[in-house]
Amino acid sequence: MGYYYMPGDYRIIHHPIIDFRRGRRIRFYYNDRVVEAYEGESILAALYAIGYRVFSYSPDGRRPRGAFCMIGKCSSCLSIVDGVPNTRICITPVREGARVYSQKGIPEIPHKLRVEPVETKTIKTDVLVIGGGPAGLQAALTLADEGFDVVLVDDHPRLGGQLVKQTHRFFGARRFYGGVRGFRIAEKLSKNVLERDNIHVYTQALAYGFFKEGVVGVAVRGGKPLNLIVKPKAVIGSTGACERTILFENNDLPGVMGAGGAQTLMNEYGVRPGDRAFIVGSGNVGLIVAYQLLQAGVRVLGMAEILPHIGGWFVHAAKIRRLGVKIYTKHTVTRAIGRDRVEKAVISMIDEKYQPIPGSEKVFDIDLLLLAVGLQPNYSLFSQAGTVMKYVPEIGGLVPIRTYYMETSVKNLYIAGDASGIEEATTAFIEGEIAALTIALKLGDDRSGVEKRRDQLVDYLWREYRMSPVVERARRGKLKVTVSEEDMEKIRRGELDGF
Amino acid sequence: MDPRKIIVCRCENVSLADILEAIDKGYRDLESLKRYLRIGMGPCQGRYCLVLTARILARKTGKSFEEIYMPRNRPPIVPVEARYFLKQPVVEG
Repeated sequence: MGYYYMPGDYRIIHHPIIDFRRGRRIRFYYNDRVVEAYEGESILAALYAIGYRVFSYSPDGRRPRGAFCMIGKCSSCLSIVDGVPNTRICITPVREGARVYSQKGIPEIPHKLRVEPVETKTIKTDVLVIGGGPAGLQAALTLADEGFDVVLVDDHPRLGGQLVKQTHRFFGARRFYGGVRGFRIAEKLSKNVLERDNIHVYTQALAYGFFKEGVVGVAVRGGKPLNLIVKPKAVIGSTGACERTILFENNDLPGVMGAGGAQTLMNEYGVRPGDRAFIVGSGNVGLIVAYQLLQAGVRVLGMAEILPHIGGWFVHAAKIRRLGVKIYTKHTVTRAIGRDRVEKAVISMIDEKYQPIPGSEKVFDIDLLLLAVGLQPNYSLFSQAGTVMKYVPEIGGLVPIRTYYMETSVKNLYIAGDASGIEEATTAFIEGEIAALTIALKLGDDRSGVEKRRDQLVDYLWREYRMSPVVERARRGKLKVTVSEEDMEKIRRGELDGF
Repeated sequence: MDPRKIIVCRCENVSLADILEAIDKGYRDLESLKRYLRIGMGPCQGRYCLVLTARILARKTGKSFEEIYMPRNRPPIVPVEARYFLKQPVVEG
């Protein structure tokens, strides 16, 4: 035991936009070695900051795995924390004296003399909001303003969803935070939510099931563990999205990471994800992340785009091109090379059938290969609840059918934000508010012209915001899964063809 | 590209080669592939791999993607420690 210094320090000290105010210094143990960290960091971020890149191994113990999603969705960082195996250390905060061990493959069942049950607590509320990102925060605040009691649960240690890692100023109407940087919006909305007496917030809380009569089970892990049984009159599922991945050789090598994962490291925790990066995918996420990597002091050696044209908005592409980042269109990644971490990326030109052309390979010396190949909605809550769903490529994958008021085919289960189909944060705010106002109306509140406000918002969303040519594809996708209340009634009775 | 080194399901360490072989053996839909390879049954519950697997299946079998890809989830939809569901303490020995 004793101090063990890893080569390099990846904590960002100077950043053009974010002032990283770190918490109190604390110490914990990783594989019996003392690690210094700052309060507020996740275990993985603290380890990454001092140079660790391998956080687990495949179940056969052969393939090393590194940080990948960074938001508690994948399985690449499962570790043993204070005796509990399979803990996702990317979303587990550091704690003084914690004992963390890396896990090789499937862990043994912990042998303890006595396992105490977690307390089960049943609570009633007007509305349960699952997911505290843009849609969930806006929904909770809208409902609280109307005087309703709200329970808000989120699996992350802090609220804000993916807004916390957005450093750029948002587009869109000022009423929906246009012109404000994403992480500032998160700060503002989270503060407002935490100040309300009628919003009860549970973080590090995982909704594990939707049961009869809309009862939802939530495993609360932050603070005192609690099995929370929530009995709400309505539920809003604003469960967000996760990144897609693609198939190429050694696509699981440490250093191959979701672009959003790199954003979490550098913009939420102030940890530089690498020194030399290559990005796959030139949609908005890829372009924005390229720019943010440069801000964080990471060299971007290039980007590959499988299509003949850049996927994202012109404004974002122009910015990174000015900074000298080359975008290889009609190219894709075919191989990552490295032993315990990625050292090289191989890209190839593709033919008309999207197949790599032999002999067209280009090799880049890198330590970070970011995948920005799209997002897919987190559908599991809705598929488990039994909502009628449809696969819609324009908005990222499998999503529930919903009314214009965001109600799914399971009565009183609403949806909002990226979970309802991938779009911009502005739409998440709007959908969250539409769902909230509809519930307010249903629970018998029309003191302040709720219906009129709601209908104006639906009108703004469909006749104004989504009419912009830049969101045409998303609009087309959402139209495929949005139905009238009459049609939804038919779908519930199984009387509408095609559903 | 070596299909044995292309990982489709990280949780259960299932490669593209494993899936292609299983399809050839006759596991030609998502549910039977899940049961045979445990694909999608790990801690991420199919979040990343099922859509990729469905695409491979569609290409190999000629079925439509929409027909293949309809994942079902059962509670708990996220891994939860068993102690959350205990009624009384468990004493070993």
